Amino acid sequence: MRVHQVNSIISRRTAAEVEDWSWNTTRRRLGVLWRLTKPYRFRTFLSVFSLLAATATALAPPLLAKYALDDAINNETGLNLTVVVVLFVLLALANWGMTYVETYMTGWVGERILADLRKQLFGHLQDLSLGFYERNRAGVLISRMTNDVEAIDQLVTDGVTTLAQSTLLLSGTAFLLIVLDPRLALVTLIVIPFMVIASALFRSRSARAYSSVRERLGLVTATLAEDIAGMRMVQAFVREQRATENFRTVALDYRESNMTTVRLNAYYFPFVSLLATLALAIVLGYGGHLYLNDAIALTTLFAFMLYVNNFFDPIQQLSQLYNTFLSAAAALDKIIGVLDEEPDVVDHPGAEPLAHIEGQVRFEDVHFAYGRGSEVLHGIDLDVPTGTTVALVGHTGAGKSTIAKLLARFYEPTSGRITIDGVDLNDVTQDSLRHQLGIVPQEGFLFAGTVAENIAFAKPDARPEDIVRAAQTVGAHEFILRLEDGYETQLGERGSRLSLGQRVAFARALLADPRILILDEATSSVDIGTERTIEEALRTLLSDRTSFVIAHRLSTIRDADLIVVLEHGQVIEQGSHEDLLARQGLYTSLYGDWAAA
Amino acid sequence: MADRPEPIELPDGDGAIYFEDVSFSYLPDRPVLEHLDLALDAGTTVALIGHTGSGKTTLSSLVPRFYDVDSGRVLVDGVDVRDVKLASLRRAIGVIAQDPFLFSTTVRDNIAFGLPDLTDAGIERVARLAQAHEFVERLPQGYDTDIGERGITLSGGQRQRIAIARALAVDPRILILDDATASVDATTEARIRAGLRQVMSGRTTLIIAHRLSTIALADEIVVLDGGRIACRGPHEELIKTSAVYREIYEHGLLERQFADAVEARADVEEVA
Repeated sequence: MRVHQVNSIISRRTAAEVEDWSWNTTRRRLGVLWRLTKPYRFRTFLSVFSLLAATATALAPPLLAKYALDDAINNETGLNLTVVVVLFVLLALANWGMTYVETYMTGWVGERILADLRKQLFGHLQDLSLGFYERNRAGVLISRMTNDVEAIDQLVTDGVTTLAQSTLLLSGTAFLLIVLDPRLALVTLIVIPFMVIASALFRSRSARAYSSVRERLGLVTATLAEDIAGMRMVQAFVREQRATENFRTVALDYRESNMTTVRLNAYYFPFVSLLATLALAIVLGYGGHLYLNDAIALTTLFAFMLYVNNFFDPIQQLSQLYNTFLSAAAALDKIIGVLDEEPDVVDHPGAEPLAHIEGQVRFEDVHFAYGRGSEVLHGIDLDVPTGTTVALVGHTGAGKSTIAKLLARFYEPTSGRITIDGVDLNDVTQDSLRHQLGIVPQEGFLFAGTVAENIAFAKPDARPEDIVRAAQTVGAHEFILRLEDGYETQLGERGSRLSLGQRVAFARALLADPRILILDEATSSVDIGTERTIEEALRTLLSDRTSFVIAHRLSTIRDADLIVVLEHGQVIEQGSHEDLLARQGLYTSLYGDWAAA
Repeated sequence: MADRPEPIELPDGDGAIYFEDVSFSYLPDRPVLEHLDLALDAGTTVALIGHTGSGKTTLSSLVPRFYDVDSGRVLVDGVDVRDVKLASLRRAIGVIAQDPFLFSTTVRDNIAFGLPDLTDAGIERVARLAQAHEFVERLPQGYDTDIGERGITLSGGQRQRIAIARALAVDPRILILDDATASVDATTEARIRAGLRQVMSGRTTLIIAHRLSTIALADEIVVLDGGRIACRGPHEELIKTSAVYREIYEHGLLERQFADAVEARADVEEVA
């Protein structure tokens, strides 16, 4: 089996890549982050300040030690030495305090920024129209909310601090080295080119290695997910051994990628230490030579050696930071991509809330196309008086669900208009419209929560007795009582509760008591008991309101006040069951097919 | 589920199945099947019908040993399935599940899932039998087209036909078929049915039936009710003698048939 091997569709998907480093994009990224810090400017400032202070206090000790030793050598014991030692201790305390403030404040601001970012993303997702969700898979969006935000988390809470601190330490140390003794500094810095070359090599190799690690981890997850989902087939076709072999291959690849990073780290980090020691040897050799020639003070040499030790840590840390930085930038780009999505349907300027409606619906020459696709509705005209049950009939793709979606204003007609009680849907706010609509999907979606909470979904303040009455009316009460905990039974897990979905959806819609109901009827099952109760429940649900039913049951179609037969986005016939039979058209032939069966 | 000590290979045979006094439950005190006896002659096609929860799927799952009976025995060609090597048993059974799960690899590898050494000619042969060859040929890379994530999206009917081809590829003596694919329109269903009629010949077929049209394929119908057999026999007989069958037939199945007829005008489905 070739499932998930290299070059299969899944593995070709490349991991985090940052393509655009132009100034505009960079400014956009920084802008997004900067706006996020807005509510926390004071604390952001505080963390920057404490960062600077902590770095300064970390740079000072070697210099102080030098002064203390200078005094000692000049036999100026006493006050000066005490002052220096006290200062030394104070600086250490200050460093401790400042580092605490810096760590705490950065974390405080960072976590809030990230929480805000998640909130902003989620809010934005809710604003986006359904069309967006038909184009994007849930998994990808969830990854934006979790993995990508997590990647930024690493940068914001840890990366930024390390970046600033290491850079400051590095330049501060270099500056002090030059001030202390320019000759010695220049000679010592001979190792820098080697350092730069090694770091550059490490950086590019490890960026590649880590991207391969992420990619192959993705393969491990995908393989696992698929084999678990398809376990019944794997067992039925006796594929266990091959599945194991295949998984072993994937797992080995993953291990290899990880080993590459291990090898790189094993090369690079000891090499940096080696360079550090070499630099120290140079200081010792050349510095000693200078001292013997009375060209440098012993104390300066001492301070110099302390600083050289300080010099290489930041370089190491900056090299490691590079990967964090790259993946954070890539993640930020993806998040910005989602934030840049505009909703397909927005409230028009001056949109008014829809007043309490009666439920008279008109479609006037409605045309519609999804995005830039070809037209799927070609001039639909419908006049639906208040309280009518409309059965939309036609084959898959005829336009039944499109009509329902337009009525709920999940999309807007490309031309023509839809009115409720004479008001154009384009002139009202989406919220006020949907508050007065009930929508029952084919597979009643159950949220994690109790049965009662699921029924009261659209009306969270409903009283328990109302919930029970709604369930009774749609014939779900007995059924619910037979569950382990009755109305308090927890739902939301897939599978075992399938039969409950549409009943709960019925009760949910009934409780909300909308003036207009849109219902996508589930196809009937062979289960007689269920069938009967569902038919009765439907009858109750549809009475006393305007209903649009994407109909799949004969009984629903026959009972409807208005049957609309659709084909290829056009209304072929409309009328009651008797009207249509009398007309001897498409409906009659469909009905005849059935009657003859 | 593991092999017993010293399991045997499934002996040659034509696929006779015998459920002998079988009882089964998933949870204690909630029996799904109770002392059920059912003999299926080799080469016959039997449709299982009954309400949700009547035990149809469970009964068919006992044959490839997805579960083991609590008491009683399931015999295939005279041998208790628990005495047979799992691999040897399952190689003799082709399963076409309710949700035709396909793996994200090529059409070819999906069809050859149970028999990776199958030749191209063999793959094409079973695809033709399953009425899949025609649409597979029209896919961008034919049998080498990747399906699944990021690949080509197939319609429910197309997936179903590949699943049928996959089951046929192992040339099983027993076929287990769940026909509850709601997303297949009648045109496609007619094609699938034509394919099935061919592939069922010479095999013992157990159909978990949800459609009138599939029931028409069966030599015999078994109506399950509450974990027992309510009645069995050919359609003509049951429609006269069994009230339960009549009710299911007239109410549920015809109802469904009409919905299918309404949808039947769908154009021949194409690659999405």
